[in-house]
Amino acid sequence: MVKIVEKEQIAPNVHSCTIEAPDLARKALPGHFVMVIPDKYSERIPITLSDWDTEKGTVTIVFLEIGAATQRLAELKAGDDIYSFTGPLGMPFEIENFGTVGLVGGCYGIGGIYQAAKALKSKGNKVISYSEARSSFLLYWNNKLEEASHEVRYSTVDASLGSRGHSHDLLEENLRSGEHFDRIMAVGCTYMMYKVSLITRPFGVKTIVSMNPVMIDGTGMCGACRLVVGGETRFACVDGPHFDGHQIDWDVVLDRRRAYLEEEIISKERW
Amino acid sequence: MREQPPEERIRNFDEVPYGYTPEEAIEEALRCLQCKNPACIQGCPVEIDIPGFVKFIAENKFRDGIVRLKEKNIMPAICGRVCPQEEQCEQVCIVGKKNEPVAIGRLERFLADWERSQGEMDIPRIPAPTGKKIAIVGAGPAGITAAADLARLGHHVEIFEALHEPGGVLVYGIPEFRLPKAIVFKEIDFLKKLGVKLHTDTVIGKIKSIDELLKEYDAVFLGTGAGLPWFMNVPGENLNGVYSANEYLTRANLMKAYLFPKYKTPIIKGRRVATVGGGNVAMDCARTALRLGAEKSILIYRRAREQMPAREEEIHHAEQEGVIFKLLSNPAAFHGSENGWVKEAECIKMKLGEPDESGRRRPVPIEGANFKVQVDVVIIAIGNSPNPLIPSTTPDIESSKWGTVITDPKTGKTSKKGVFAGGDVATGAATVILAMGAGKIAARGIHEYLKTGVW
Repeated sequence: MVKIVEKEQIAPNVHSCTIEAPDLARKALPGHFVMVIPDKYSERIPITLSDWDTEKGTVTIVFLEIGAATQRLAELKAGDDIYSFTGPLGMPFEIENFGTVGLVGGCYGIGGIYQAAKALKSKGNKVISYSEARSSFLLYWNNKLEEASHEVRYSTVDASLGSRGHSHDLLEENLRSGEHFDRIMAVGCTYMMYKVSLITRPFGVKTIVSMNPVMIDGTGMCGACRLVVGGETRFACVDGPHFDGHQIDWDVVLDRRRAYLEEEIISKERW
Repeated sequence: MREQPPEERIRNFDEVPYGYTPEEAIEEALRCLQCKNPACIQGCPVEIDIPGFVKFIAENKFRDGIVRLKEKNIMPAICGRVCPQEEQCEQVCIVGKKNEPVAIGRLERFLADWERSQGEMDIPRIPAPTGKKIAIVGAGPAGITAAADLARLGHHVEIFEALHEPGGVLVYGIPEFRLPKAIVFKEIDFLKKLGVKLHTDTVIGKIKSIDELLKEYDAVFLGTGAGLPWFMNVPGENLNGVYSANEYLTRANLMKAYLFPKYKTPIIKGRRVATVGGGNVAMDCARTALRLGAEKSILIYRRAREQMPAREEEIHHAEQEGVIFKLLSNPAAFHGSENGWVKEAECIKMKLGEPDESGRRRPVPIEGANFKVQVDVVIIAIGNSPNPLIPSTTPDIESSKWGTVITDPKTGKTSKKGVFAGGDVATGAATVILAMGAGKIAARGIHEYLKTGVW
């Protein structure tokens, strides 16, 4: 059980939640995730750690309200307890001096790339962040991300801010125009990460994606989060969640994402 | 022992055997010969004074019986249900030479259930604190047993559990109909009454390293249990509807998916469910599938019935309940529908060849004898590797090529000073009682180390 100290809807349907967890704040690294059970009846769900403050002893998650568990989590307020909150889990991002790094964040992943941007910048990389949403009012943490990166490039589907379309469209345009990247890292919805991996492949830019398959325990026991990377079965919870996007068998990933659609609808209706 | 009739019990998750009445228990206990040199005690991994507690039952002194039992075994309600007694105490029972052996497991369960029905459990007297602190990693059978023994010696014990509930495999793996969870939590309550502190949601190796634990505690015990499931590496294994046993059982048991949608974790129920494997875990999966409403629960096993590693009782229960056994068969591939759901298991017929290194006859494929089974859920229950988290984050703990932590079998010592281990993480997948036995051995090893300081 952990206590929520701050809870905010930072964009329509996107929430940030800051939790009192001093031990976790000390151990958190960019790319780590936590397993969360909002209340006794909810599922265990993995959520990326977006921010932390070792002095205040807090960690922050950003999540999209989408299924029954995230809906329940979104209903909780400052002062409420979260039934179960476990981490840090997974392997952190590899943070080295790569040169120029493009960070692509969409949906909860805008929060998910923030600490990576900070860490990469302090390692001497040139950090270019891509942030996307359907419209400008759905973007969040613009100031934080601008501070953490050398440059932030926005894309919105309605062109209300930045270029029209998606981050992967803009990234493709930038690559085609001859811009050089030593590494691309993407955090967000599966389809976006798949598109980014497709786009960077012909340019030979190493691309790390932060996979978000269904997990149950999240600690290397159940095998639900398996995916095929380089022809081998790997487990996102302990081997990942970050993998080379050019090595992932995306057909398997995209099929497995849809497994529980019907049950998800029943869960939400019978809350 | 009286049981729920098969046609009834496949529609609920209630326990299958009802347990003895006091009269039945006394009658059974009177069959014990009270041998001078009881073989049964040597057959027990935790060395329970079996003739001792059985005699108390025969004399209608149940309170004395449970005290005697608990001197050696903190969790009799669990062991009475899930120990393979037929390979241990009951196998060597002298009565069993000519007749049925004394039903030691059922008598053990009887005493534990009797005590629970009496309300509060007696707390044993605990000696003055030794001032020594021990960290136990993992609240499964090995960790709980080690914690209980160490607490009863006056040590300060804290348990760190990765999941949100303690119990390990007793809670995430073994189904409610075989081991009601209320029993497990009651036994864990008892542990807390012994002064043991429990931290759930705490993944050692991540939030705290073993080295950090060693700064705060005088010794560490690793009972981290099972790890990632094995798959068969056949085509179609990643189709939707293909589960590992760990995932299927964790959804059903720990996350209570059988109570969906009150509990929100979903499980694909399936009309035709195939379970691959022949161990206790495979039986648990096949029987869970029936209770979740499967029309056909099919068990696919590559050897013959005689070679199944599952307990006879479990196989028998599965047969009674209508699980269909496809023996000497092995999946070669799973075929899916257009949208990625499993719909068919293609199997190879096998025959038994020469014995392999395990002593069991090796199954060999019969050419051209493939057959197909229509399925909509598949559960792979062929075993798992030990949990990788601690060995991968603590390089100075030596592990074998199978990923198990190497221990001294007499003390539970690992290659790292102050660190002990036992249970599945050290042996690979085994039984609850063997893990408890390892917990007991390690508790002795830890106590000795803390007393003498000699590594």
